[in-house]
Parts: sequence; C-alpha cells; structure tokens
Amino acid sequence: MIRTARAILRKDLLIELRTKESVPAMVLFSITVYVLFHFGLDRDSLDGELASGVLWVTMLLAAVIGVTRLFAAEREQGGIDGLLLAPVDRTSLFVAKAAALFLFLTAVELVAVPAFALLLLGPGLGGAFPELLAILALGNLGVAAVGALVAALAAETRARELIVPLLLLPLLVPLLIACAQATEPLMRQDAGPEDLGRWLSVLTLYDVVFVLLSVAVFDFLLED
Amino acid sequence: MYSKGLAPLAAAAAVTITTALALVFFYAPNDADQGFVQKIFYIHVPMAIVALCGFVAGGIFGIRHLRSGDRSWDMRSYVAIHLSIILGLAVLITGSIWAKASWGHWWLWDEPVLVSFLVVFLLYCVYYPLRFSIEDPDRQARYSSVFAITAGAFVPLNFIAVRLAEKYTHPRVLSQTGGSMPGEMRLTFLVALVGVALLFVALWKLELTAKHASMQLKKLRNRARVAA
Repeated sequence: MIRTARAILRKDLLIELRTKESVPAMVLFSITVYVLFHFGLDRDSLDGELASGVLWVTMLLAAVIGVTRLFAAEREQGGIDGLLLAPVDRTSLFVAKAAALFLFLTAVELVAVPAFALLLLGPGLGGAFPELLAILALGNLGVAAVGALVAALAAETRARELIVPLLLLPLLVPLLIACAQATEPLMRQDAGPEDLGRWLSVLTLYDVVFVLLSVAVFDFLLED
Repeated sequence: MYSKGLAPLAAAAAVTITTALALVFFYAPNDADQGFVQKIFYIHVPMAIVALCGFVAGGIFGIRHLRSGDRSWDMRSYVAIHLSIILGLAVLITGSIWAKASWGHWWLWDEPVLVSFLVVFLLYCVYYPLRFSIEDPDRQARYSSVFAITAGAFVPLNFIAVRLAEKYTHPRVLSQTGGSMPGEMRLTFLVALVGVALLFVALWKLELTAKHASMQLKKLRNRARVAA
C-alpha cells in the first residue's frame, strides 16, 4: 500500500513541478488576499486576533484552490480510468492525494507566512516560532485529510467548482477555530503561547477523526 | 412498504403536539426573568434536538447503505436529512426571535449552540447541490451516503470546537434543561420533545411512502411504454 501511495504521490509532485499549476496560483492568491485585507480593513499592520484570523482565513481560501485542482490532472487527461483499472487500493490513493495536498500547503506557507509577516504583521514572527510550526503542521494535516475527501466527493459532480468551497469551508470551521485561537497569542505585541495545549489537542482530535473517517469512506468514492 | 403504522403514528403525533401546546399555554408557569416569551423554548429546543438526531440518523442510514448496497437506505437517509434541514431553518428562525425578545439582538455570536447550529445548517445545505449534480443513481446514492456519514460525524466535533471558543459565558437559558428546571416546565418540555419527534417520524414515513409510490408509478409507466 505504501509503495503504490508513494508512486502516485511521486507522479503528482512531478506533474506539479513540471506544470507549476497549483502552488504558484495558491501563493499568488494568498498575497492578493492580503492586499484585499489591507484595503478592506484599512490597516497597515495587524496583531493579535485580527492577524491570526486574516492569516488563517487566507490559508483556508488558498486551500480551496488546491482542493479544486487535486484531481484535475486525472480528470482532464483521463488518467483516473487508468488509476481505477489498476488493482490499486483506494486507501493508498487517498493517502497519496492527502500527502500531495499536505506538501502543497506546506510549500505555499513557506512563502505566504513570511510574506504575511512582511506585509501585514505588526509584531514580527520571531517570538512565534516553534509553536507556529506545530500549529501549521497540524492544521495542514487536517486540511489535507478533509480536502482529499471533499475533492473525491466533488470529482464526479457536474458543479465541481461550486461544491468544493461550499463543502470544504464549513467542514473546516472547527479547524479554523482551533488554529486561529492557538495562533492569536503568538501574534500579540507581547508574544507568548497561551492555551496552546488545549487548541493543539482540539486540532489533533479533528485530524484523527477526519483521517480515520476519510480512510473509512474513501473506498466508496471513485468506484467506477 | 413504508406506510405501515403511519396512520396511528400521525394520530399520536397530532395528539401529543396538541397536548404539548395546551401544556405550554395553560400549565407551564411563566419564566421569572423572561416572562411569556420564554415559552418559545418549548418549540425551539425540541426542534433543535430532533433536527440534530435526524442528521445523525441520516449518517447511520448512510452507513447501512454503504454496507448493504441497498438503495432504500439511501432514500431513508435523504428523507431524514431533508426533513432535518427544514426543521433546522425553523430552529434558526425561532432562535433568532427568542434572542431578539430576551437579549435584544437578532443574532448573538457568543451563543455557542446557535452558532454551531448555523455552521451545521450551512454544511447540510450543500447536500442538495451535491446530490442533484450526480446523474447516475447508484453513484448519487453512494456519494450522498458518504456526505451523510462525514457530516454526521462533523456535528459533534463542531459543537465541541465552537463551545471551546467561547470566552465569555453568556447567561445561559438552556441550562434550564438541566436539573434546575421546575417540574411543570420539565414535563411540558418532555411532552413537546416527544411530540416533535413523533411528528418527525410520521413525516419521514409519509415522505418515504410518497417517494416509493412515485418510483413505482414511474416503473409501471416505463413498462407500459415498452409494452406499447
């Protein structure tokens, strides 16, 4: 199972490296959203609640693009039939797709989070470091699990571009709550973690539930 | 096939709801703080509880459908979710009226139950576009079941997260559902809850019967067309 998953993941990463479709688009989109927030809120620098909220809402909106594109290559080139004809376990397909999404999100954040610090964040990221990495990693894991499931659910519908954001964003509300609340004290003027354990455990619970759930129901999607 | 026991069930629902309304207006005492308007509680909270149970039941029917491959379970799941969404809309409206009357605002973000309910409601509204944008009936049933299961598991998780995000504990009226509710209020509430639950099951059976009948009719028409 791990081997097939790795092969599919390798294929997805190669396609992304050669076409450069999703990740640059997501980065560009995030920076555009920062500009929108700058004018929408009419603020030059943000801190605390506003900063963590803007950062996480932007990340989740960018994730919508990645999720919409997750099965794009398979659908447009008809590769999905090949995948489904091959005796490949659906679970390995899920693992590969979720891992690809996880890596895409990480790549986006490598650029988009420093860009946020540069463009909008008042206090600077210095005091937030090890904690912010843990929050981002757990957040990405949750988005990846839910995103792969939503992408597969929407893949066969007519109104795909419509279903993905409508389905993904409400499902991510608990994740947004946990991530934004955990990040908020790290982005204050007197930065320091606060209630971090509680929010990380909510995030972990969310991740565990959705990884297990997605693995359990993924077999029934993309069947024929 | 679905209509077994529908008539007595509907009668029981009508009797219980009439009794509940009579109890609400003539038996239950007025709330000491909020007065008469608090009585909306007897319709708002039972509808919310039944709607949430309906969502979870939709998920359980979804599991049974995926396990057995029998599409009638998907139909059960669809009708349960459909009715719960209608109840959900009524819950949001009555909740809003109650909030306006007792706290002076149509909407309060620091009331975690109301906010969680809105998120759940928004998620379930996507059930229709998802379901009806898939043409193949088998695939439609399967994908809808996957949605029902995912969303069913999401309901409790969402309630936990929104409750935790609460910074200020609002003076909570709902805690009256706990031990502090006086006996008359509790009796009225329980009768109303049973009434709404019976109404839900009766409507669910009615809708299933209607759907089943129209499907049979379609089948017969097709057969007649083939024969002619």
